[in-house]
Amino acid sequence: MRRDVFQAIADPTRREILNLIAFNSLNLNGIAENFKVSRPAISQHIKILTECGLIVIKKQGRERYCEARLGKLNEIADWMEPFRKRWAARFESLDDVLDDLKDKKKQEGRKKKNQGPRSR
Amino acid sequence: MASKNETKIIAEPGKQELFIIREFDAPRELVFRAHVDPKLYTRWLGPRGHSMELEKFEPKDGGSFRYVHKDPSGNKFSFHGVYHEVMAPERLIGTFEFEGLPDKGHVELDTARFESLPGGRSKLTIQAVYQSVQDRDGMISSGMEKGVKDGMARLDELLESLK
Repeated sequence: MRRDVFQAIADPTRREILNLIAFNSLNLNGIAENFKVSRPAISQHIKILTECGLIVIKKQGRERYCEARLGKLNEIADWMEPFRKRWAARFESLDDVLDDLKDKKKQEGRKKKNQGPRSR
Repeated sequence: MASKNETKIIAEPGKQELFIIREFDAPRELVFRAHVDPKLYTRWLGPRGHSMELEKFEPKDGGSFRYVHKDPSGNKFSFHGVYHEVMAPERLIGTFEFEGLPDKGHVELDTARFESLPGGRSKLTIQAVYQSVQDRDGMISSGMEKGVKDGMARLDELLESLK
């Protein structure tokens, strides 16, 4: 199994865990009490997130707190960027086509106005 | 260009669909026309620097299409599909398959929705649904502008690595 950001956030529970600790670090209990699934299951999710680099564990006395490292999520935006750029380029060409169509419409509109009823 | 007209992609992790969203400074009737008029379609769909040849183009319910892009090096990329529904000026639904993959049958179902916006503007939302999360992710990762051999090998690797 790949241990990377995509794999990490493919799971909805893991995404929820990241949301919980995005602004405030929590320990295992603090995280687990928000979920119906068992503590060992949450522990496993945290392990995966740690292996992907999205969580770091910080010790404070006897407690171990999970701290989010959300910078890695930028990898996903980067991954989509070439695809997005291809579509953006197509739509820019479409903008040009649409401008031509709008100009033609205006010209036809002017022609009709100039012709008037007499030319019939 | 107005920042209103940015191309937005939504591809939630673990889902088999993606959305491509773009607003235009033109009424939806014109945007729709640019999708079903062969002369207009080829002017924007091909990537810049590529030529696009419509071998078959029947934009009507049950009609089929096949087109070929040629890149500056002469590499060809072919696509085909069927129009399930062509409902002017609001909706286009069809299938789409890239012929350059190592195996056949990776088909996507595309629904393009054309919405009117105030001020003679419009919004296009394309929903592409794939047969698996891998296929969707493979589509986003694929570099279709590269050479056919290169492209096929990379797609192969990518699909493998996404398993």
